[in-house]
Amino acid sequence: MPSVQQPLRIVIAEDAVLLREGLVHLLGRFGHRVPAAVGDGPGLLAAAREHRPDLVIADVRMPPGFTDEGLRAARRLQAGQPDLAVLVLSQYVEQTFAEELLEDRRAGAGMGYLLKERIGDVEEFADAVARVAAGATVVDPEVVRQLLARRRDPLTRLTPREREVLALMAEGRSNAAIARRLVVTEAAVAKHIAGILLKLDLPPDAPDDHRRVLAVLAYLRA
Amino acid sequence: MIPRTVPTVLARGPLGPLRTGRPWRAVGYLLSGGLFAAIVYVGLGGLLAAPIGLVSRVVCGLLMVAFAVALAGPFENRRLALVVPGLPRPPDTWRTVGYGAVSVLAVGWADLAVVLVSLGIPGGLLLTPFQPAAAPWQTVAGPVAGALLLPVAAWPIGAWATARATVARAVLAPRDHELREVVRSRARLVDAFETERRRIERDLHDGAQQRLVALTMKLGLATLALPPGSEAAKEVGEAHGLAKEALAELRELIRGVHPQVLTERGLPAAVRDIAGRSPIPVDLDVDVPGRLPPAVESTAYFVAAEGLSNMAKHSGAGRGRIAARVHDGVLRVDIEDDGAGGAAPGPGTGLVGLADRIAAADGRMLLSSPPGGPTLLRAEIPCRPCNSPSVS
Repeated sequence: MPSVQQPLRIVIAEDAVLLREGLVHLLGRFGHRVPAAVGDGPGLLAAAREHRPDLVIADVRMPPGFTDEGLRAARRLQAGQPDLAVLVLSQYVEQTFAEELLEDRRAGAGMGYLLKERIGDVEEFADAVARVAAGATVVDPEVVRQLLARRRDPLTRLTPREREVLALMAEGRSNAAIARRLVVTEAAVAKHIAGILLKLDLPPDAPDDHRRVLAVLAYLRA
Repeated sequence: MIPRTVPTVLARGPLGPLRTGRPWRAVGYLLSGGLFAAIVYVGLGGLLAAPIGLVSRVVCGLLMVAFAVALAGPFENRRLALVVPGLPRPPDTWRTVGYGAVSVLAVGWADLAVVLVSLGIPGGLLLTPFQPAAAPWQTVAGPVAGALLLPVAAWPIGAWATARATVARAVLAPRDHELREVVRSRARLVDAFETERRRIERDLHDGAQQRLVALTMKLGLATLALPPGSEAAKEVGEAHGLAKEALAELRELIRGVHPQVLTERGLPAAVRDIAGRSPIPVDLDVDVPGRLPPAVESTAYFVAAEGLSNMAKHSGAGRGRIAARVHDGVLRVDIEDDGAGGAAPGPGTGLVGLADRIAAADGRMLLSSPPGGPTLLRAEIPCRPCNSPSVS
């Protein structure tokens, strides 16, 4: 049985009925409540204002324009409710979406950008939902990979292992999670991170996961 | 209606021609050209006699001839329709001017002469009653002979007008007419393919892909519900893995047909996406104004994709670069790498396919790849409705 997580109130906006119903079902299995599941941007605005959820999960592309209605609606909601956590789902990686979300991200409010197909890995998806709701930043591994693939001179100074750690950091993983993933000790991860921050000329920071992520991503975008 | 030419009308019998408008139009055609030339020469004669300096006379004379020549070509083009089928499109400027010069300086006289001689003889006979020296029998026989000879004049006039107009038409007809038609129909075909690709992409997206995501989700949930380590959990887990593989394959398939990021976000986003997936680090310098026409975007994306794939497979490069700019209505895409070079388009290679695809968009491909490198692949794709970016 799936582990029941901290129950959350989540509003879903997804225009594909099959996926929308699947998401409601999935979130229910992990103990969350979905007071409203809608199919377009205006519907999302109305539902979120009515239900004041902990988290909004929105498809980027929805009716009526099928461009970035979901993203626009989510950002309008965050403007009115700064602590609202938002998880955006997209069919494909669009870096400008991810960057836009990261740039305007408010302190304390969780933000996530995932490819739709990640929903299939139900446990990882549920984990991402919980982390975003708790205020973390979760970025799809594919986005991180593309950001890292761009040539940046300082990154060439990193060892392959440090790059791996950086990629996992950028996904919003904790030291413990990175250690588990790479099958090393947490102390080794901490050592790698110190090395990365040093090589990238980032000053030692408070051990705050998402600030660390933001610093790294801001650096990658620069 | 089958257009009738003067010879076919003439062949219908002695009085046939006069019942149609053809001979009259032939006369109109020849007289308009001949009189135009005559007016020019009368004007020139007047100018030579004018009480002004020699230099002024020469300059004015040349200006007058130049003006007449410039006017004669377009005038000829319009007059043609009196005798032969008109031209579908205006001919190019230099051939029109050249033909105008020949028409005014030489052929115009011949036109006039043919009309005057052909009509002059019967006309003179018709007018014999008004000649004071004419004998009485002549005042009767002359008009009769003139009336009989007048229809005969239709033959030389018609034949000359037709020959003259046919030559004019052959000279003035645009040479590239058929070639242009082919290019245009190829462009229509490319557009049709483009539309079809987008439709397939949309259908796969809204249908199969959504279902597969939902399926993987269901199978994922089912795995969780089953006792860990059981036979059923193992089977469902494998099914889950297969469904995820199918999803990944479908995503690649859609990307090959027509990537959604290109449809929705345009060329810069799509190139960023494909460069991000390249195993060789790629610098990007893509600066195009807004959205380009779909066929142009699609061709440019294909160039970038194929260029990057060749780079990864053959070049051994350490880094690459993609640049795209619109300048003077042409989108230029450059793909460079610092690899081994020596790329050559041979039969069956990706480069030939690439060149074909660019040619279908009316563009061209240039390649510089000396042994030892570096390699530069350039595509130039005409992009007529594109706005060139303002200089900033």
